[in-house]
Amino acid sequence: MPSAIFILIACALIGEALRGAVHLPVPGPVIGMFLLAGALIAGARRMPAATSLRASLDRTAETLISHMGLLFVPAGVGIIAQADLLRQEWLPILAAVIGSTVLSLIVTALVMQRLGQRVETGGKTDQPAAPSPKQEARP
Amino acid sequence: MTATLGTLWFNLSQSPLLWLAATLAAYQAGRMIQRACRGTPLANPVLIAVLLVAMLVVTTGTPYATYFAGAQFINFLLGPATVALAIPLARNLGRIRHSLPALGPALLVGSLTAIVSGVTIVSVLGGSRAVALSMAPKAATTPIAMAVSQQIGGGPPLTAALAIIGGITAAIIGDKLLRRLRIADWRSHGLAAGVAGSGIAAAQVAPRDETAAAFAALGLGLNGLTTALLVPLLATLWH
Repeated sequence: MPSAIFILIACALIGEALRGAVHLPVPGPVIGMFLLAGALIAGARRMPAATSLRASLDRTAETLISHMGLLFVPAGVGIIAQADLLRQEWLPILAAVIGSTVLSLIVTALVMQRLGQRVETGGKTDQPAAPSPKQEARP
Repeated sequence: MTATLGTLWFNLSQSPLLWLAATLAAYQAGRMIQRACRGTPLANPVLIAVLLVAMLVVTTGTPYATYFAGAQFINFLLGPATVALAIPLARNLGRIRHSLPALGPALLVGSLTAIVSGVTIVSVLGGSRAVALSMAPKAATTPIAMAVSQQIGGGPPLTAALAIIGGITAAIIGDKLLRRLRIADWRSHGLAAGVAGSGIAAAQVAPRDETAAAFAALGLGLNGLTTALLVPLLATLWH
């Protein structure tokens, strides 16, 4: 557990350092995410045996991801600081946030599904589309 | 008696522990309410927790900075949690590589839709230019959205608020909306959540399916990059 948390924080830190050094327009943790994914893929090839570190990383990641919603609450409360502006221009703001989010969800998912099917019928069928094997309680 | 209570409140309200505890309790209450409503996404625990804490902060007259001094410990974990998305990403490498020809266009079109439709709706409904500029990058993950907003002359705190409202919207309606359109494939659900609703929507979809988690992580990371590149470019075209 401590080693897993260390790895996650170290990746965020390396990402932050890289962002500063190379002036990437992406936040440190997002760079760290791609770095760790690369390291895990490379590591899996060289050391296929699942080490205990790997298992603890899996567990820690699962816990963090399943409660990720909680982590947005402090920033979400920051909306109160925007209350005046939200009250003044509530109609364009709410219509645009909700409208553009709905449109983007639909467009992204439709294109992904249509093109994804074409890819699959061209190649080998990948996986059944339907519900997950791991249907847990919703977060 | 009232004086003692007053002193007690004063001491407590200055302690970071109070706001840390309040945030955790509000989120737990949100989860309990969602469970009581048979897990419907409509009872989103993030939305419930934000409303509960905001009411408490406003009624006690606490400055947001005082609240955040306590809650920053939770906020800090966002970094490691974002990095943790690497694990489902790495585990689904094969599936991702297989879907690349679909993923690229879906990401690009979805990202453009979020930017252009947001700005257009604000303008059509008579919103100010500052609001329109703050709206443009709001689908990206909050730190990217705020940085881009700053760069093009929007208001970063407003953009952060918009990003969170958008994320909650996607988390609440995403699943039902896509199923109504007969989209049942977890890759599409995950990618759409990551692109349109960034972290909050990804947090809703990720614990439900590992493939969805991988595509949400990818959508979130790549849409951040796409938004950071596209919005400043589009902003120079829009006067």
